Amino acid sequence: MAKEIRLMKGNEAVAEGAIRCGCDGYFGYPITPQSEILEYLTVQNPYPKTGMVVLQAESETASINMVYGGAACAKKVMTSSSSPGISLMQEGLSYIAGAELPALCVNVVRGGPGLGTIQPSQADYFQTVKGGGHGDYKLITLAPASVQEMYDFVGLGFDLAFKYRNPVMILSDGLIGQVMEKVEIDDYTPRWTDEYIAEKFPWAMIGKPASRGHNIVTSLELDSAKQEQVNLRLQAKYKVCEENEVRYETFQVEDADILLVAYGSSARISQKVIELCRAQGLKVGLLRPITLWPFPTKAINEISKHVKGILTVEMSAGQMVEDVRLAVGCAVPVKHYGRFGGIIPTPTEIVEAIKTF
Amino acid sequence: MTREEIIKPENLVYRRTPVLTDNVMHYCPGCGHGTVHRLIAEVIEEMGIQDKTIGVAPVGCSVLAYNYFDVDFVEAAHGRAPAVATAIKRLHQNHFVFTYQGDGDLAAIGTGETIHACNRGENIVIIFVNNGIYGMTGGQMAPTTLPNMKTSTSPYGRDVEVMGPPLKITELVAQLPGTYYVTRQAVYTPALVRKAKKAIRQAFENQKLNKGVSFVEIVSNCNSGWKLTPVKSNEWLEENMLPFYPLGDIKVPAKEV
Amino acid sequence: MAFKGTLIIDTEKCKGCGVCIIGCPQKCIALGKKVNKKGYNHLEIIEDTCIGCANCAVVCPDGVIEVYKVKV
Repeated sequence: MAKEIRLMKGNEAVAEGAIRCGCDGYFGYPITPQSEILEYLTVQNPYPKTGMVVLQAESETASINMVYGGAACAKKVMTSSSSPGISLMQEGLSYIAGAELPALCVNVVRGGPGLGTIQPSQADYFQTVKGGGHGDYKLITLAPASVQEMYDFVGLGFDLAFKYRNPVMILSDGLIGQVMEKVEIDDYTPRWTDEYIAEKFPWAMIGKPASRGHNIVTSLELDSAKQEQVNLRLQAKYKVCEENEVRYETFQVEDADILLVAYGSSARISQKVIELCRAQGLKVGLLRPITLWPFPTKAINEISKHVKGILTVEMSAGQMVEDVRLAVGCAVPVKHYGRFGGIIPTPTEIVEAIKTF
Repeated sequence: MTREEIIKPENLVYRRTPVLTDNVMHYCPGCGHGTVHRLIAEVIEEMGIQDKTIGVAPVGCSVLAYNYFDVDFVEAAHGRAPAVATAIKRLHQNHFVFTYQGDGDLAAIGTGETIHACNRGENIVIIFVNNGIYGMTGGQMAPTTLPNMKTSTSPYGRDVEVMGPPLKITELVAQLPGTYYVTRQAVYTPALVRKAKKAIRQAFENQKLNKGVSFVEIVSNCNSGWKLTPVKSNEWLEENMLPFYPLGDIKVPAKEV
Repeated sequence: MAFKGTLIIDTEKCKGCGVCIIGCPQKCIALGKKVNKKGYNHLEIIEDTCIGCANCAVVCPDGVIEVYKVKV
């Protein structure tokens, strides 16, 4: 049977994706440009239909800690916010990573620093993939480039979060969040039952039966030797994740002289850039990282062997470009083209940047 | 009658509840935390809800509470336990969820989470141990530190002109419609311990009836932070803490006809 | 009706805080000279006058006292 198709905003697609994939709880706080997620969920009121709890918290700090509580119960719980709000959540994300809990967070990025602007930006890349909060931890980071991916990555995000018992970030931006596109909608996936959770996730907060010891969710270990072991276990997990979960796609890289590397909205614009360049005889290709961590380091390194240069296109002062340079070394020049503060680059200005590479 | 003749199972009148683990608590000698832990555990045992109870203790002296309660337990970030407990209770509505928080945690860094969980009427029990000081970090001034009380960050005594007066958060949350039962207790004499246990039992019974927040403050000691012996600290508590933090129920449910 | 009681004290877990002694109506317990492995002067029974009221156990922060009681 053909899937249902709807015209939706990116933010609405996140909310619908949550309801449909069996999400147990959403906890959030309003902030532009992502408030439609909470608004859509409160309009839909999924609790009577699916049992999904939707709660407007008193702050982003409370939201992420509600997520921590729900995740401790091995429930599919999520929050969303935009850049300043995500900054407030960094403590909670570090705790979730430290306690090895599965959770989903969506950042519909706006321009910064500070209160910045409500327009789209990609300047939270460092915050997301390099830590953000305290301690050595990683967020599995998915970068949607369409409203369909906003929808799809909610389910995928939960799958990865539970597979690795690790927080997952959907790193979107104000453009993808606000734009309307058609979306293929799935049937409802039922929420997990408590019996299923008890069997599948023996670490979960579910109440201690006589048959087992008590479960503890904590990120505290006062004995340094043990805390080092915790860190080593985390690092081993991250390595497995790096080996198995890299996602990316390429466009016309086979004969390219110049490789563009761009994610999210910038990748959409870069596809138009390829079209314009090729019409002018410039052989340009694109690699779009879908996971920003783990990063497609190997793929970029391979492609770098047959191109003359690499240009990253980011709505920032140049953040992902550092990871591209790490992937390539000094093999070919790696440059950055960026607009920031909420400005979206036009294809024409990127074509000019390629011409003067 | 010899000791051996008395020590028989049928003559047992008091023993450590099995809802506490065998771990030796890290609290200083004479610290009220141990007593409050025991009372909560005894209530859980008596109500037969060990398999349905989930505890949340954030940063502070009681951050390691999970080592002592033999129930599923979450350690939370500083001040955030009411938010963590909110989600757990909403996702496990038939479970008993309690937070265990100190005064720095509940009345300073976690004020927002505390007030909003209370205002929403989350169906949880909040146990608030108030000893007027940050114990774990070495005895700094807390929001509940008494006027002129010396701490490591108010070495000449709390100057209320500079720092404001102590925050009576328990009276404050009692004003909120979401709190159902608000009481202040202490645990430094056998009689007070028995009363405090009744209050904690009442709080958990309220949760069974979906009544909203039951908030139990325990005015307690911190002999290390107060630089007194355990017995002297209890005397100091009675003479200094109780006039400012008087014991008794602050908000009791209206009698149902 | 009179009662006779006695205690089993987990001396290794006792921290010698002495809070229990204040509440004992019979004054039959005290901190002794002996120390446990942690170095605390732990609680001891000093008089055979315990009535099993359990006051000591009820205020003990570390739950180290078990109380037995019989009618005599």
